[in-house]
Amino acid sequence: MGRRLLLEHDAVPGIETFDVYRKNGGYRSVEKALKTMSPQEVVEQVQLAGLRGRGGAGFPTGMKWSFLAKPEGVPRYLLCNADESEPGTFKDRYLMEKLPHLLIEGMITSSYALGCNLSFIYIRGEYMWILEILEKAIAEAYAKGFLGKNILGSGFDLDLRVAPGGGAYICGEETALIESLEGKRGNPRIKPPFPAVKGLWGCPTVVNNVESLAAVVPIVNDGGEEYAKIGIGKSTGTKLISACGNLARPGVYEIEMGMTVEEFIYGDDWCRGIANGKKLKAFVPGGSSVPILPHYLVTKTAAGDDRIMSYEGLSEGGFASGSMLGSGGFIVFDEDQCIVRNTWNFARFYAHESCGQCSPCREGTAWMEKVLHRLENGQGYMHDIDLLAEINKKIEGNTICPLGDAAAWPVAAAIRHFRDEFEWHVNQPIESQKRNFGLASVPTLV
Amino acid sequence: MVKVTIDDKTIEVEPGTTILSAARQIGGEVVPPAMCFYSKLPGTGGKCRTCLVEVSQGSEKDPRPMPKLVASCSTPVMDGMVVKNTTSEKVKVGRGAVVEFLLINHPLDCPVCDQAGECHLQDLGFENGGEGTRYEEEKRTFDPVDIGNKIKLHMNRCILCYRCVAVANQLTDKRVHGVLGRGEHAEISTYIEKAIDNDFSGNMIDVCPVGALTDKTFRFKSRVWFLKPMEASCECSKCSGKTVVWMFGNEIMRVTARKDQYGEVEDQDGKTGWICNDCRFEKKDISQWNIIGPRKINRHSVISQGNYASPRQTIKKLN
Ligand SMILES: Cc1cc2nc3c(=O)[nH]c(=O)nc-3n(C[C@H](O)[C@H](O)[C@H](O)COP(=O)(O)O)c2cc1C
Ligand code: SF4
Ligand code: FES
Repeated sequence: MGRRLLLEHDAVPGIETFDVYRKNGGYRSVEKALKTMSPQEVVEQVQLAGLRGRGGAGFPTGMKWSFLAKPEGVPRYLLCNADESEPGTFKDRYLMEKLPHLLIEGMITSSYALGCNLSFIYIRGEYMWILEILEKAIAEAYAKGFLGKNILGSGFDLDLRVAPGGGAYICGEETALIESLEGKRGNPRIKPPFPAVKGLWGCPTVVNNVESLAAVVPIVNDGGEEYAKIGIGKSTGTKLISACGNLARPGVYEIEMGMTVEEFIYGDDWCRGIANGKKLKAFVPGGSSVPILPHYLVTKTAAGDDRIMSYEGLSEGGFASGSMLGSGGFIVFDEDQCIVRNTWNFARFYAHESCGQCSPCREGTAWMEKVLHRLENGQGYMHDIDLLAEINKKIEGNTICPLGDAAAWPVAAAIRHFRDEFEWHVNQPIESQKRNFGLASVPTLV
Repeated sequence: MVKVTIDDKTIEVEPGTTILSAARQIGGEVVPPAMCFYSKLPGTGGKCRTCLVEVSQGSEKDPRPMPKLVASCSTPVMDGMVVKNTTSEKVKVGRGAVVEFLLINHPLDCPVCDQAGECHLQDLGFENGGEGTRYEEEKRTFDPVDIGNKIKLHMNRCILCYRCVAVANQLTDKRVHGVLGRGEHAEISTYIEKAIDNDFSGNMIDVCPVGALTDKTFRFKSRVWFLKPMEASCECSKCSGKTVVWMFGNEIMRVTARKDQYGEVEDQDGKTGWICNDCRFEKKDISQWNIIGPRKINRHSVISQGNYASPRQTIKKLN
């Protein structure tokens, strides 16, 4: 097992209460930051740490913070994005359920760094029980003087609220989140202006993922340089991975960036291989939005090197033979799974979750869903496969927000790597309803 | 002032100007089509994606091209920016894609649609669309509904440009007109046909680029190209009273606001010339209007086909 910076104490009984959390070293980062560091110094530590956003895009958090506009007399807001709705991703849920105080601590320290006096946790509507856990923990933090006026006598005030959404995936997109928090329909905004300049109620705003904010705690405690020593290259620190699908031991794991995919899937400390002794067919390493890869590109890259769990490692090979770390929703498929069915299932999700504002996504996602549904049910034509490839090219890059791309990539990748299986569904419509295609054949490399 | 080049034509504009409005200042071919943006309605634009253009040089300082096509209606120009509209192959493909998407669920019922002849989707499809369709699925359908007693909503034809929502936002802060549902199921609604009770609600009809919102007092009365658009005015306590009346013989068939070449309501007396529902729906008698003269319409060729010239002038031309 590697080092665990976030989930170190997740198994301690009562860790969701203030007292137990505090006894296990909790809230040290707040004391350290508020008493010994200037806000700017906290930002610098996060920059030194090389922390990259854990919400999916991997944008450097320190850089995002440094972009925050700071006009005189205008409040600034920090919003925690806990809308986690990407299929396959459930790491934030685990973190908030087990360690609500870790998130609160991260938010206090981060709000201090950014000069925010009112911060929000925007939580997915289906996570109602977590909302209760968080509110209980926040009440404790208020009672102990870690929230409210003049925290620890430092003169820094912070109010923290939890706001539930209505359960829309699109409200995880940062500007849709802001709209929703303002009480409007959760449609993404047209950018520019970016939230760092004009966000919540027209004020400068930073939106960060739950895990990104939690990671600020070890960064402040140990220093950015220490944090940056973990990991590989530009992927520093640890990452929560929610492993699911046909694994012998699915669950939420904290890994040090840089371990191999092979060890993660097959290692005894980790997922312990494919369930029921089956063969691995494909995997999606970063939530439903990222490209799917066939078995021969899972543990090795196209160049034959070990595939590494890191931002760069998983995207090695680009779109041709790589994928992305994304949000860490690690989905594994065994030989009995149907790629066409799975692609349809993902497409159905995006068609359902598109906000419907911009034409390429509104029409394109629904169109792809219908074509895939026909293919899956043995009513597809050969030209449908090319049509799908065309549609997703026409959505990609032409939309307001990245949901359009997120809907297009999985379909493009499925066709790229599993075209045989799609064609088999067209050629063997009856057979394809009865059994599965099996593994993709390995293309001969020239 | 900042300098921007669009399709090899250079112009200086105020900082903060969008690419689209810079293009409109140049005029002509370089202007991208805009289905959702409406300069008179704050908050519109960015949605339909028909105005996509390629930015081949970001600015003088940072000459890198922008990686994706951008919506020209909501992207501000930078000094030294170079933009390609008609000269870009990428734009052609991207815009073609948008047109295809806008049409897959459109009923294509132009022969029975009141908007035919002055429909921006027809123009767009004609200029940028492909032939035939690749959409084999069932189209989504909605029942037509009333918005008040004078406006009909055909959701089937709607392209969700949100312009009417912006009009409603200007009229009332009660959220009685908006979008329900998501994705493909999104629809314009007044929360189950609840009337927007406002003297200016009829302006929704004028801003709608397609035939989704139509005037019930004019529905199925005539094709627009059989009518003569005449500039007219009246004394009105609610609006400027400056309108266009659409005549068949001596009969006034419908009344609209005065619109410019981009289909936007023109300014009257320094303000956007929205007209009130009385002028639009009630004054259909020629004695109520002071007819000024023929309205010049240069964009929609079907309408301008020969309606302006007096018979004598036409004969002269023929000779
Ligand atoms: C459609 C869509 C859904 C998203 N959903 C989430 C989400 O559920 N949780 C999240 O943290 N980020 C989500 N994001 C990413 C956010 O927009 C944003 O990049 C992120 O919250 C930034 O935080 P980070 O920099 O800490 O990663 C989503 C983005 C898109 C386009
Ligand atoms: S890409 Fe999809 S989800 Fe994003 S703004 Fe456009 S329609 Fe909405
Ligand atoms: S006019 Fe620019 S996106 Fe619709």
